[in-house]
Amino acid sequence: MSNPSNLKYTASHEWIKSEADGTLTIGITEHAQELLGDMVFVEAPAVGRKIKAREEVAVVESVKAAADVYAPVSGEVVAANSELDGAPEKINSDPYGAWIFKIKPDNSADVDTLLDAAAYQAVVDSEAH
Amino acid sequence: MTLKQTPLNAVHRAMGAKMVDFGGWDMPVNYGSQIDEHHQVRNDCGMFDVCHMRVVDAKGEGVRAFLRYLLANNADKLTFPGKALYSAMLRPEGGVIDDLIIYFMSEQWFRIVVNAGTADKDIAWMKQQASQHANPLPNTPPVGEGMAALSPSARGGRYVEDLEKGWQLTITSRDDLAMVAVQGPNARSKVWQVIPQTKAATENLQNFQAADCGEYFIARTGYTGEDGFEVMLPKKNVVAFWHELNQAGVKPIGLGARDTLRLEAGMNLYGQDMDETISPLEAGMAWTVDLKSERDFIGKAALLANPPTRKLVGLLLLDRGVLRGHQKVHTTHGEGEITSGSFSPTLEKSIALARVPKEVEIGDTVQVSIRDKMLAAKVVKYPFARNGKGLL
Repeated sequence: MSNPSNLKYTASHEWIKSEADGTLTIGITEHAQELLGDMVFVEAPAVGRKIKAREEVAVVESVKAAADVYAPVSGEVVAANSELDGAPEKINSDPYGAWIFKIKPDNSADVDTLLDAAAYQAVVDSEAH
Repeated sequence: MTLKQTPLNAVHRAMGAKMVDFGGWDMPVNYGSQIDEHHQVRNDCGMFDVCHMRVVDAKGEGVRAFLRYLLANNADKLTFPGKALYSAMLRPEGGVIDDLIIYFMSEQWFRIVVNAGTADKDIAWMKQQASQHANPLPNTPPVGEGMAALSPSARGGRYVEDLEKGWQLTITSRDDLAMVAVQGPNARSKVWQVIPQTKAATENLQNFQAADCGEYFIARTGYTGEDGFEVMLPKKNVVAFWHELNQAGVKPIGLGARDTLRLEAGMNLYGQDMDETISPLEAGMAWTVDLKSERDFIGKAALLANPPTRKLVGLLLLDRGVLRGHQKVHTTHGEGEITSGSFSPTLEKSIALARVPKEVEIGDTVQVSIRDKMLAAKVVKYPFARNGKGLL
């Protein structure tokens, strides 16, 4: 699975989709789910929570480890994906469809500073051993 | 550092395995979803590459007596050929050198299977012990001319020669052997499908019994809490055997599922649940330590002199989350620590083994420190699951 080119990325393996209404949808990448293995729990943030860029916002817990999911930009949490409560494995089977939370960014231009697909692939390649 | 490889390394990779460093071995952690692999074993069957474990043959006239002294469990429980026994091997100070299984095949041949990470240490220890003079057993009558004519057991299990030359036995690391574990309710029938010539010799094997079928040594033992066989065979044949099992519908299972299966079954993992600093009595292994008889064994005196103050219990996490090794456990009787923890696919909850003060009781609620939070867990009996089903 290659990194979809219509998304933005962070070096901490989040993907970000800009929605038509200005909100951002966030999940974790194929690379991240592959590293973590079978997901068993997702701790999504509370709706309404104000978050700062690079703050820990959610936790995904796999059989192997727990991993923090970070806010890519500052903003407010407007939705959390409740489907993941009963089916966290969707993150493994459909990482780009199984979004974790949505935010309304404080500044709509912030998303432009994030990595594009090629730049994110460079991050992944540099991790490979 | 180059990792060690089993003969199945290329096959695992070809089957899509994600490989990891497991104690210096390049091993498959999963072939996709470890949770799927776990359910596969509980509901049907799967196969594990356990070639990294070590088969050791102890042969000679003194072997039974030697094992009686070497091991915490009593080799004299093995009263008919093929019978197997799980035991700890202890240091004189009482700590666990390894846990292992011995198979009594004949009075002059016991087979021993030890863990991969401790194999060299175990064999060096066994050889060292075997080469030393035997000390007279307590209550052993003095050996005189008339006594020399009696059988070893009548003389307390020791030959006159022992006192001069040490134990009469050889200890051989069977580096020529590979091992595959096939586990699950359908495991044995799949093995018989692939090697039908072994069926007659193995179809009446009970749990913890083995048969030597020439090319195949087959034991009804395992590390999953399910039925199945562990098959030892020449290394040169293991790739073909693996493929034949796979073609018969047996799926490959990685170390990730191996760990969740054994934890649900309440089976210890050496290096996590116990090590050389831990008494078997504080590792849930009291049932494997035979202190009832007059038999002396290495570590016995230390165990008798040091009654345990801690014990191993099962924990079931009540809150959402995953219990993991080394997390601190807070009880009304003091602190403890998780030795092994994971998510239980059968129970769909997190479970763990934890070493806690011995006053803690089944049914108590304890708090576990997990990533800056205190989560509640219940102290439960284990095993947590067996024969396909959760027990809680």
